[in-house]
Amino acid sequence: MKYDVLFSGFGGQGIILSAVVLGRAAAMYDGKYAVQSQSYGPEARGGASSSTVIISDDPIQYPKVLEPTVYVIMSEAGFQKFGAGAPKSALMLIDSGLVQSRPQCRCIEIPATMKAKEVLGKPIVANIVMLGALVSVTGIVGFEAMEKAVLDSVPKGTEELNIRALELGQDIAQKGGDA
Amino acid sequence: MQGNDACAEGAIAAGCRFFAGYPITPSSEVAEQMARKLPKVGGTFIQMEDEIASMAAIIGGAWTGVRSMTATSGPGFSLMMENIGYAAFTETPCVIINIQRGGPSTGQPTMAAQGDMLQARFGSHGDYSVIALAPSTVQELFDLTVKGFNLADRFRVPAFLMSDEIIGHLRERVEFPDEVECIPPKPIREGMLPFEPEDDLVPGFTPFGKGHRVHVTGLTHNEKGYPASTDPDLHEKLVMRLVEKVERARHEIADYDIVNPDAEIVFISYGAPTRAVRQAFLDAPEKSYGHLNLRIVWPFPEDLLKKFKNARVFLVPEMNLGQIAREIQRHVDQPVIPIPRLGGELHIPAYLLKCAEEQE
Repeated sequence: MKYDVLFSGFGGQGIILSAVVLGRAAAMYDGKYAVQSQSYGPEARGGASSSTVIISDDPIQYPKVLEPTVYVIMSEAGFQKFGAGAPKSALMLIDSGLVQSRPQCRCIEIPATMKAKEVLGKPIVANIVMLGALVSVTGIVGFEAMEKAVLDSVPKGTEELNIRALELGQDIAQKGGDA
Repeated sequence: MQGNDACAEGAIAAGCRFFAGYPITPSSEVAEQMARKLPKVGGTFIQMEDEIASMAAIIGGAWTGVRSMTATSGPGFSLMMENIGYAAFTETPCVIINIQRGGPSTGQPTMAAQGDMLQARFGSHGDYSVIALAPSTVQELFDLTVKGFNLADRFRVPAFLMSDEIIGHLRERVEFPDEVECIPPKPIREGMLPFEPEDDLVPGFTPFGKGHRVHVTGLTHNEKGYPASTDPDLHEKLVMRLVEKVERARHEIADYDIVNPDAEIVFISYGAPTRAVRQAFLDAPEKSYGHLNLRIVWPFPEDLLKKFKNARVFLVPEMNLGQIAREIQRHVDQPVIPIPRLGGELHIPAYLLKCAEEQE
């Protein structure tokens, strides 16, 4: 099985970190192969930033994603730039409070930023909420692998907050999202 | 782990204890990691005022007997050229990491290229020879950095790690060995002069303060190291030796992978495009094209081309306008077709297959 995952949002949402955490969960804790790369330029300072991860049971040669099969979109600009052309066969998770448009493909609406603020008081963990939802919907990596990768990657003192964010995302997704 | 971080890890593992550099995208993570790690292992990190000074500093570091390194990208690489020639002529072992970006000039800071491959070989004035390695995975950024230090010491030359933005910024799994092999330069033997070559054409290397008086100069010098710049025969002999000591070892040190040596249509690549070729082969298992992947590009191991006995054509995808394709063409009679890609993106595997199918 091979997943080509694209994350997009605006600079500061933790788009690149999300991809790094997912790749780490797969490569370090789930016995899979993963390669992660990112759009790397001035847009990382506020415009539409993006990052990709390829996760596979087999070694990965080509390191770039040519056509994502899974999208995680956290801003309207990110949707317009990277998500609008998603093929019908793709799966898209969107932060439904921040993305107004809807794709042609299967779409799961996760009001991540809103719920992170409401439930956890910290909108900054919205990207981790999205990761929780992603794991729940796709099973790309196991929840435990994701938990370990999150704990590896977040600042000291925020571990509990981030794990709660992960669980919140899982919870929203299990209820079918906002759709 | 990110490629640039793996490069720094490789340097530390290889015993590099001096880094002087000037940060530049897309290589800056190498300097960042060295700044973090060197003080913890008793090493020294200096942020220099520019790249030519960075080169000067690592040449000085090397002459104190410390494995020394700098890291840069195209614009900084250009600025280093004068002192790279000095390192070559003074036979100073050092490692230069070049995470290539789009050029010429400041070009594309955040995008990948392989446009400095000929500059690595010929960029400084005069004739000399160097070693250039090309990683295509994050693991190889670690492994070849270690290898670069060993080759630099063995041949007393600047060794270049010619990577690119794609591999430098890629994150994938790396396995660090418990221990890496570090082979120091051989010391000056009793009765030998500091620039008197041994049978392998490489003089012994004894750093400053270790018992030999050594004069180091960028002027043409005799075996004592003293200037002798008006002696035509001495100059010719010295320059020939500096080139020959590397070139004659080119097949012995060659580092490569060969796939399907009986093929008629053969891809040759190094660095990131190697991964596009390998993906193309996975996507078209029914095809039986050949592939030569080079991990050491300079000195160029031309005998490898003869291993493809049935080759009708060589296809060379590079992220430049055919710099190494030009080198390959010097050695073979068959057509060598460059597949250039500029702009920063990697070749698309389907396009490589199309190029090969056109030759069937």
